[in-house]
Amino acid sequence: MIEIQNIEKHFGDNHVLKNVSFSFDKGKTNLIIGESGSGKTTLIKIMIGLHDIDSGTVLFDGVDFNTIKTKEQRIIRQEIGMLFQGGALYDYMTVEENIMFPLTMFTDKSDEEKLERVNFCLKRVNLEGKNNLMPSELSGGMTKRVAIARAIVMQPKYLLCDEPNSGLDPKTAIIIDNLIQEITKEYNITTIVNTHDMNSVMEIGENIAFIHKGEIWWAGSKEKLLNSENKELNDFVFASELFKRIKS
Amino acid sequence: MIKLLHHLGLYFIMMKKVISTPEKWSVFRKQLVLEMEKVGLNSVSLVIILSFFVGAVVSIQTAFNMTSPLLPAYLVGLASRDSLILEFSPTMISLILAGKVGSSIASEIGSMRITEQIDALEIMGINSASFLILPKIIAAIFFFPLLIIMSMGVGMIGAWAGGLSSNVTTADFMYGLTYQFQPFYITYAVVKTIFFAFIISSVSAYFGYYTKGGAIAVGKAGTSAVVTSSILILLFNYILTDIILS
Repeated sequence: MIEIQNIEKHFGDNHVLKNVSFSFDKGKTNLIIGESGSGKTTLIKIMIGLHDIDSGTVLFDGVDFNTIKTKEQRIIRQEIGMLFQGGALYDYMTVEENIMFPLTMFTDKSDEEKLERVNFCLKRVNLEGKNNLMPSELSGGMTKRVAIARAIVMQPKYLLCDEPNSGLDPKTAIIIDNLIQEITKEYNITTIVNTHDMNSVMEIGENIAFIHKGEIWWAGSKEKLLNSENKELNDFVFASELFKRIKS
Repeated sequence: MIKLLHHLGLYFIMMKKVISTPEKWSVFRKQLVLEMEKVGLNSVSLVIILSFFVGAVVSIQTAFNMTSPLLPAYLVGLASRDSLILEFSPTMISLILAGKVGSSIASEIGSMRITEQIDALEIMGINSASFLILPKIIAAIFFFPLLIIMSMGVGMIGAWAGGLSSNVTTADFMYGLTYQFQPFYITYAVVKTIFFAFIISSVSAYFGYYTKGGAIAVGKAGTSAVVTSSILILLFNYILTDIILS
């Protein structure tokens, strides 16, 4: 479980996050939704310590991430799998080397054991046999799936995904969404997905936080979201004609 | 002035992160070998070509300017030797390496920064500065002096070839080459090169590491790395020469 309490963040005069508090439940796909520039990515980067916070607390299973020593932070970070918007695969490594990298850095497994784990993860994301491809040879969907494989290779306790569907066609986006949800249930991990894709919300949203103007404007399940009377939320969620029709 | 202090502060913060024990020695060794290839081996052909032709031109120009018959022919070898060892090989080759290796380091690390590969390292709990930059600095410090020594040798072969075309005999040239040779000159050149290698690798890495934005920012980081490294090489060339030779 990840909890954030009273998070405040400024970039110069820009007050990006205002007293943000929320609980991301274990075993659920927790979604942070909001318009572009609403502070979603900043919030996720704050959680993993890539941005400093002005004030507030980030708790990983009760441990305050910002007050512990750097070495202890590194241990928690090794329990986090992160899926970046662009995949962030190391472009000088093959698919196999990318996925194997965390195992090489943090475990004493033999080469055979590491390869076995890599192949298991590749199979899990339906990319068997793609070991020797370079990131430049992968499609957008494949890049995301390799990134997911790398994120889960260390069997993380927390999976954080920043815009996992950006730049993907609707069919591939659903495959990625379902994969994230399956992994969440399978490993009983705390998953946080940052998105503005309403298809994702409808597909996998279990615990949703809507960020608007740097604040948690609304929170609840996707069922509650469909019946919400919150104007700003409805303006965001039902912006397209398709979703307006679904609501009506 | 405030901007300069800001850059200096960030540079030292980065260097504090860089100078730390590698997370895993086996991975570090692998990285180091890769960097030796990228930073050093890939520059060998460039250094050979440049040194040969500059050596040849130095000896031809020296011969051309020796209009007085009182000046001995062996002076061509002696002047070529001293210009190559004292200045051309350590300083000029370092300036050229600042262009080739420096821009490559800055753009490689800058690209990793804007595509979130550095963030991915940090999230895994890896000290990204040390992981990416330390092997580059060590590879440069180890390999640049070897390149410079090679440059001296090849430059002298070029100077000999240039001397032959200016009617300086091999015997005269070899006599000049060995005349009152002081091995300390080599030490001086190597010491300078070690400083320059550190400047090129760390300053270029700094501009790459703090890149913000997109492709244009990566290009700017490369340019800033080359310009700043070159200025610092010239500045430290003066300071070190003053300290060592005075």
